[in-house]
Formats: sequence, C-alpha cells, structure tokens
Amino acid sequence: MGRVVVEVMPKPEILDPQGKAVVGALPRLGFTQFSGVRQGKRFELEVDGEVTPEILAAAREAAATLLSNPVIEDVVSVSDAAAVPGEATGTPVSA
Amino acid sequence: MAATEPASAAAAAPGIAGARIGVITFPGTLDDRDAVRAVRLAGAEAVSLWHADESLQDVDAVVLPGGFSYGDYLRAGAISRFAPAMSAVVDAAKGGMPVLGICNGFQVLTEAHLLPGSMVKNDHLHFVCREQSLIVENARTAWTNEFRRGQQITIPLKNQDGQFVADERTLDELEGEGRVVFRYDGWNPNGSRRDIAGISNERGNVVGLMPHPEHAVEAGFGPASAEGPRAGVDGLTFFTSVLSSLVHA
Repeated sequence: MGRVVVEVMPKPEILDPQGKAVVGALPRLGFTQFSGVRQGKRFELEVDGEVTPEILAAAREAAATLLSNPVIEDVVSVSDAAAVPGEATGTPVSA
Repeated sequence: MAATEPASAAAAAPGIAGARIGVITFPGTLDDRDAVRAVRLAGAEAVSLWHADESLQDVDAVVLPGGFSYGDYLRAGAISRFAPAMSAVVDAAKGGMPVLGICNGFQVLTEAHLLPGSMVKNDHLHFVCREQSLIVENARTAWTNEFRRGQQITIPLKNQDGQFVADERTLDELEGEGRVVFRYDGWNPNGSRRDIAGISNERGNVVGLMPHPEHAVEAGFGPASAEGPRAGVDGLTFFTSVLSSLVHA
C-alpha cells in the first residue's frame, strides 16, 4: 500500500493565530528558545497500489483544490512517502 | 378566518406574494431554522433545501445559513463548497440570482469563489458572541437596498473563524468598487482586514457577512435597540430588501 504525504502551511503574510497560541505556551514549560511557531497541516493519502506519477499528479490537484485554500495557505510539499527517508513506515519519531 | 390571517407582511409589501427563498441545510448547519423563520417574517415562502440535492426547486433567492458545516474540520466551508446543491448555487448566482451567505455560509461562498478572500481564526483566538454594531457601506445590493448608506445597525455576531483576510490588491479592489457592504463599528471583533464585516460580488446579487441578520428579525427575540431590550429587528431588512429587489428585477 502506498502513501502520499501532502503538507500545507498558512501563507507567510497571514497571521497564524494557532501558532501564536502555541508560541505563547512554550515559555510556560521552560522552552524559551523558540521565538515563533507556525502551525500547518499534514495529510496522508493512502492508495492500494504503488504511488505512480499519475497518483502524484492527482494528489497535487487534490492538494490545490480541496486540501488547501490558495488565499490563505500554500501547499509546501506533495511526496511519495516511500521516497522520503523515514517516511515509509509512518513510525513516529521518538524523543 | 381570512380577515384575521397574518396578512400584514403581504399587505405591507404588495407584489411579493409568491416569492420563494431557499435555505440550504448542510450537515452541521445550525441556523437554518432561524433563516427560514426570517424569510417567513419578511413575507416570503421559505423553501428548505438539502445540500445533497442538485435542484434548487426554482427558488427566487438562496440563503446559506450559519453553523459548522462538516465540522469545519478541513477549513470552514471547504467541504460544503463541493456539495451538489452548491454547483446549482454557483450557476444561479452567476445568472444573477440573489444569494446571501451568513457566517459559515459566507465562508462557503469564499471557498466556492463566488466572493473573494477567506476567513481565518479570530486574531484573539476566542469565540465571540455579542450584539455587534455595523455600518452599512453599500445600500444598493440585492440584500441591502432598504438600508441607507452609512446607516448603523445592530445584529448578533458569533464566530471563531471570523477574521476576514485577502491580499492588499483584492482589498483595494473591493473598496474601489464599493463592494465592502458592511464594516464593524466601534470595535473590530475578530481582526478582519479594514474592519470588513461583509462584501458583495461585482453585480451585488451575492452578499456574504459574518454577523447574523436572521437572529434580529422579531421584537422580543433580537438584540437591544432604542425601542428596548431584545427589540432590535435590523436583520429583517436584509430579507425585505431581497423581496424588493425581486419585485424590481
């Protein structure tokens, strides 16, 4: 089973209120190193077979039409999970 | 008995009898019944429409009510925009049919590209619910023609994703073409660019706004007004305006 990963971020010029809330909370836990946070979205699109160029093209179209709103967001990446190191299994990265 | 029928609305606005205004319900819509009630109080026939239906049942105008369609999980209005009923709304709107998007309905209209810009989370991150003062900036649209330009009105506002954003060029275009229909008065409750509360398309048949006119249509159940507590009925004028625009169309 293949997987396409789509990442969407708020546009740089759009104030990201969610990121602002997170950056406000970090110092309360002692994380004073981080001066800014922007919060985006990650979608994992599963397919039954391999991720072909056609599947990637369809994922790019879905990303542009439904998964993001170009007025407020940018699609920053559309990739085959198998082609990205560490992405193939979807295993969470532990601390 | 005919003499005691609630004929006041029809009598007040002769010629509008028979106007049919559709109200679309999406999964997660909250304010459809209030919108239906507002349409009736204005003297028109309300037609309940379902998002999965492709037909608008030959209505003369459509209201997209507020709520949290599809939970707003992806983005507010993003999934509703692809509902079968929305294809019909987009076609009808391009043909000149009056369409009003309230709150989540406004978000659906921007996602459907019938109106420019978009809504993001309120700048202060809190849900707001208040009686909101607005200034009517354009009294020529299908939904505002019975207001005066510059008129102050008060209707409820309640939202979390109410911050209207667009790029500077789009904002300049909206201002230049008189398409800013309402501006927040006194306090900007969500950080909207240039205090914009509502806008229209070029033709003025499509209007979207974040505050809720359908909650200010009957004395005793509206916001406070000069006439007393809960006496405000400024929202009713949206619905009488569209009837007036249908008569003169």
